[in-house]
Amino acid sequence: MEENRGIWVFIEVTDGKVEGVSLELLGAGRKLADKLEVPLAGVLLGHDVRKISAKVIEYGADIVYMADHAVLELYRTEAFMKAVVAMAEKYKPEIFLYGATPNGKDLASAVATDLSTGLTADTTMLDVDPEKRLLEASRPAFGGNIMATILCKKHRPQMATVRPKVMKALEPDASRKGEVIEEEIHLEESEMRTKVLQIVKETTKTANLAEAHVIVAGGKGMGDKNGFMLIHELAKTIGATVGGTRDVVEAGWLPHDQQIGQTGETVTPKIYFAIGISGAIQHVVGMKNSELIIAINKDPDAPIFDVATYGLVGDAFEIVPQLIEKFKELIKEKGGEISYV
Amino acid sequence: MHIVVCVKQVPDTKIIKINPKTNTLDRRSAPAILNPYDAHAVQEAARIKSRTGGTVTVLSMGPPQAVAVIKKSVEIGADRGYLISDRAFAGADTLATSYALSKALEKIEQESPVDLVICGKHAIDGDTGQVGPGIARRIDIPPITNVIEVSKINSDEKKIVVKRKQLNGYELIESQIPCLLTVEKEINDIGYSPMPNMIKAARYEPVIWSVADLGEVDRAQLGLKGSPTIVGKMFSPPRPEGGKKIEGEPTEQIKELMKLLEEKIDLFCFKA
Ligand SMILES: Cc1cc2nc3c(=O)[nH]c(=O)nc-3n(C[C@H](O)[C@H](O)[C@H](O)COP(=O)(O)OP(=O)(O)OC[C@H]3O[C@@H](n4cnc5c(N)ncnc54)[C@H](O)[C@@H]3O)c2cc1C
Ligand SMILES: Cc1cc2nc3c(=O)[nH]c(=O)nc-3n(C[C@H](O)[C@H](O)[C@H](O)COP(=O)(O)OP(=O)(O)OC[C@H]3O[C@@H](n4cnc5c(N)ncnc54)[C@H](O)[C@@H]3O)c2cc1C
Repeated sequence: MEENRGIWVFIEVTDGKVEGVSLELLGAGRKLADKLEVPLAGVLLGHDVRKISAKVIEYGADIVYMADHAVLELYRTEAFMKAVVAMAEKYKPEIFLYGATPNGKDLASAVATDLSTGLTADTTMLDVDPEKRLLEASRPAFGGNIMATILCKKHRPQMATVRPKVMKALEPDASRKGEVIEEEIHLEESEMRTKVLQIVKETTKTANLAEAHVIVAGGKGMGDKNGFMLIHELAKTIGATVGGTRDVVEAGWLPHDQQIGQTGETVTPKIYFAIGISGAIQHVVGMKNSELIIAINKDPDAPIFDVATYGLVGDAFEIVPQLIEKFKELIKEKGGEISYV
Repeated sequence: MHIVVCVKQVPDTKIIKINPKTNTLDRRSAPAILNPYDAHAVQEAARIKSRTGGTVTVLSMGPPQAVAVIKKSVEIGADRGYLISDRAFAGADTLATSYALSKALEKIEQESPVDLVICGKHAIDGDTGQVGPGIARRIDIPPITNVIEVSKINSDEKKIVVKRKQLNGYELIESQIPCLLTVEKEINDIGYSPMPNMIKAARYEPVIWSVADLGEVDRAQLGLKGSPTIVGKMFSPPRPEGGKKIEGEPTEQIKELMKLLEEKIDLFCFKA
């Protein structure tokens, strides 16, 4: 255990692009590495990924461990897991982080089994005790009703998957220096038991929500489907995307892919309107990292006001129509159009 | 086809209560149910069986009361079930859980070779989604997680084609059989169980195995002892600090809001 040193981050690549969560983890990993006074490394697997290594360094890594192989072109558990386990056994990191994406979770679970070590799932808070060199990974449990800190005292590496959009990436710095270490990994296509036949991209509303610049979200406080039209109207006025709470989706006012929260989408728009939303923790985890949050609720004690930048206490049916008018005036004044593309 | 479905008994987190003083789960407050994703896993196994013929076996690890989820699985369409239950399993994290379940799977395999293992995407209490891929590694079959459709299955050629949900879309994956799938809720709809299943389930008595029944097992890898992770402290989710609360008449409130938004006007992108 004493010989394990260094913080590792799995770099997930899709279509030649690094997933945002991997960059966020380099930011979070940088803090842990500085606290423990050890190097931060990115683990980069794929085919023709050499050019990506520079980006990994710009975002905070000191070292990039790279495996470039035709068999690693697309993510498959068995190929990726073999490569990662071989690297971890050779270089012995003490902490190893993965994005809690479908691939990141899948890979981390397989690697943890082969390395016989602990894995904390869906972490939303990370810290390290520098004396004990112990990773403190906290995660929501029991449907988000409570947080639990998970520790792995006697096994190394200490591993965790971390939810996207909760950590902050560093500003990229092109002058940062780092080392790229290329690993020879023995892999044969003929030994693979699975094959990706086809990748189908669906640019649904979900993708829209995830990328939306402004979101107007409504809750059960809108009364009924008809009342909810006010949400659509405000959204249309300011060019925003519509979202809602689980209760709204369950009531059939919105399709499921527009649900925001723990069991829906995690969003980080510049501006988030929460109207007639109580602010249950399961909703809040999905939107609290928005840059500006404006809440409208008639209950002054509604928990949504705890996360709101600006909170308007009052009846949405009185406030929102006036707000729409004011925005219309403002837009006219500024040139007649609002656009985020 | 011999399909084994892993099913877990969980507290219903929709109505769970947390004791605010001790930050622990009040287990009495929440009824124990079959993990919802596992219900879909059993349903999918029954659907595959209706196409290829064969047997659906369910496997659970838990306290003696967990026989209830095996009976529930029989109601949905499983043929038979095993519960592994022993104090030695208690306190297991995902590593120890996948070890114990893989040992039981090996025993089931001795009786009748297993073609397919199906798990839920995750259990709604522990909520890690780590047990499925863990089992697959231990018995050395490929895992395919987040499956939303079993598109093709050919038991003679030992091949399966499935849709795997991805961040934005899905992948079509071909795998050799045996393999392990973890399934999403979209994979099927669960309707009412047919009457004969209900009658069968009511009478069904699952087989219960203790550690001793599992044959050669490394006890150091079981339960709390075999778990590298421990739950440290539990705490209420941090409440972020609120910003500015604006009260009063709607017209005044909006005036004030619009004034505040002036300072943030760059967040809106006006096209001149
Ligand atoms: C395991 C689990 C997962 C969950 N996942 C999610 C999730 O992903 N996303 C999610 O959103 N929820 C989720 N929930 C549900 C969550 O706990 C809440 O029940 C839900 O978010 C509440 O929705 P709401 O705010 O629309 O409704 P309510 O809680 O009913 O709130 C309505 C609010 O509207 C206000 N109001 C009423 N009338 C007016 C008016 N005229 N003007 C202004 N305000 C008004 C009320 O004061 C109240 O605060 C989950 C729950 C569990 C247990
Ligand atoms: C608050 C809290 C936090 C926890 N955090 C972690 C953590 O971060 N890391 C960790 O390793 N452990 C953790 N655990 C322990 C974990 O919940 C248990 O190991 C549990 O036995 C299995 O994990 P799971 O519930 O996450 O199952 P999942 O991996 O989410 O379950 C996936 C599927 O595996 C199958 N399965 C799971 N358990 C069983 C079973 N007992 N019998 C039959 N099939 C089963 C089912 O098909 C299920 O749908 C935590 C426990 C608690 C109470």
